[in-house]
Amino acid sequence: MAEFLEFVDVSKTFGRLRAVDHVSLGVRRGEFFSLLGPSGCGKTTLLRMLGGFEIPDTGRIYLDGVDITDLPPNRRQVNTIFQNYALFPHLSVWENIAFGLRVAKRPRREIFNEVERMLALIQMEEHAHKKPHQISGGQKQRVAIARALINKPSVLLLDEPLAALDLKLRQRMLIELDLIHDQVGITFLYVTHDQGEAMSLSDRIAVMNQGRIEQLGTPAEVYEAPRSSFVAAFIGDTNFFEGRVAEIINDDYILMQIDGFPSVVCFNDKKMKVNDLVYLSVRPEKFRISRERPQLDGRYNLISANVEDIIYLGSHTKYWVRVDEYRLAISQQHGRFLLDEQPIRWKDDVWIWWHADDGYMLERYSEADELLIQTPPEEVGQNGAVPAPPRAEV
Amino acid sequence: MKRSPLPLLTTLLVLVFFYLPIAVLVANSFNASRFGGTWEGFSLRWYSRLWHEREIWHAFRNTMLVATTATLVSTILGTSAAFALHRYHSRLQRFHYALIYTPLVIPEILMGMSLLLFFVALKIQLGLFTIFLAHVTFCISYVAMVVLARLQDFDFAIVEAAMDLGAGWWTTLWRVLVPLLAPGILAGALLAFTLSIDDFVISFFVAGPGSTTLPIRIYSMIKFGATPLINALSTILLVFTFLVVLLTHHLTREHHS
Repeated sequence: MAEFLEFVDVSKTFGRLRAVDHVSLGVRRGEFFSLLGPSGCGKTTLLRMLGGFEIPDTGRIYLDGVDITDLPPNRRQVNTIFQNYALFPHLSVWENIAFGLRVAKRPRREIFNEVERMLALIQMEEHAHKKPHQISGGQKQRVAIARALINKPSVLLLDEPLAALDLKLRQRMLIELDLIHDQVGITFLYVTHDQGEAMSLSDRIAVMNQGRIEQLGTPAEVYEAPRSSFVAAFIGDTNFFEGRVAEIINDDYILMQIDGFPSVVCFNDKKMKVNDLVYLSVRPEKFRISRERPQLDGRYNLISANVEDIIYLGSHTKYWVRVDEYRLAISQQHGRFLLDEQPIRWKDDVWIWWHADDGYMLERYSEADELLIQTPPEEVGQNGAVPAPPRAEV
Repeated sequence: MKRSPLPLLTTLLVLVFFYLPIAVLVANSFNASRFGGTWEGFSLRWYSRLWHEREIWHAFRNTMLVATTATLVSTILGTSAAFALHRYHSRLQRFHYALIYTPLVIPEILMGMSLLLFFVALKIQLGLFTIFLAHVTFCISYVAMVVLARLQDFDFAIVEAAMDLGAGWWTTLWRVLVPLLAPGILAGALLAFTLSIDDFVISFFVAGPGSTTLPIRIYSMIKFGATPLINALSTILLVFTFLVVLLTHHLTREHHS
């Protein structure tokens, strides 16, 4: 495979820390590609190696077929949006944007035209003369984008570009980034620890952990079919079950036996055999919850539970329910007008159910990943500052 | 509610205590009287006498020579030290920092004495060169501290940004680093310059025959009681120092707005 941008077996070590560990990765031309992972997972190091600010210990980086591994930053066809924008404080917005062309000693006429075109793209014409400290965070962000795009890079690198903005602004810039990507058609390589940003913008996502790529795929693939417990827990919330195959029901389904939980039916896409170890992930929104016992066919898992916590969030409600030794997160959309019903209350006995097809078998599982799952306080009235284990023992 | 007159009184007392002696000195430099006690009319005769004092001119030349060279060298070394302290984190960093910081708090007389013993031990001829060396020694610390303070809120990501946008090492230096750090470096240089001009104690220890600087000259003149001339000279020195400090202050403030 000869992709547009290619990392081949790239590693980088800082002291004793292996920041990037034999990563190979291909990005297609024009793609919006995200590197997603917690802080310290190596995503920024990978980006900085592409920008030329770090040199890999081993491995090569190719851009459009050319080996750029050892080129200095100023000789690469890539430009970066830095986390805090890194605008030049002594230059006006206009001069900040013009910087790349000035350094390249382009004709004045061309510089003028290009800068004006960029100012129009980011809708900052009336702020052209201002200094960076006179404009808002969102505007700085846009200037940083224009300053990078004016050089017509092959790849635009974005290092957590929205991290410094408040929530409302972040959502607006998200849409703007998407629009700009559509307009300029340049390959975007986007680094973030925010799964929401990565999910909403990307064509493809590489989920990173401890210097390696855990999974690479479209947002829907990594969300619906996570390969490891890390991916499942990092992208969205989930419930983990650990058990063994008790019985092969037919070609598609198995019966899974779980300690401290009723046996469940699940879809056998990994072709498991009797007594094989299974790690199952079931997303909170795949569950249904009700006080009434529903009539369901055999492919549903129907279990009685007790409600321990409820968080009402307007469009949906999060429930934490107890089933034997397990504490499960359930998320329920409100399709109907909620006040007409009798809402489920704390300590209610309820029925929960999910379709066997809606769980997903993981290839790799680590206990540590359960800590990534958000949980409410273990007891009502307890301060939320203390993170409670997601699966409390009785 | 009646406000207490105490704060106002304290302020006035402090001002009087600080500035009255200086004001008297400045006023007396324009006094026609040979003795400071009585006012005998405005006169510039002390200034014109000063103009014709060959020894004072000699001392002035020495002071300027030492101040400019010491400023130049200590600015380069001090700035480099500040960069090194800021950019490179090693286990010895705290120790290095202490080394740079110490000359600021060491009593001047101790520094003068130790430098003198050092020069004598090395059999270096005392003179302008030893004064220059001594001034560089303590000026480095001041320059380093001023530049270091400036570097604390300097975002080195903009250096990477410049290179990312195609600027080479020199272009980055001249288009980004120098314009942004110049006020800090210049402020450090001006501080070094004023310190060098004013320094008496250390210079006195390491000066040799023929290497009299202005402060030393003033001190020896007092011994012979030529008060009005000293008043005039001190006033000039005062105005000059004040202007430099004003400039330094202006440079340091501009960046913060």
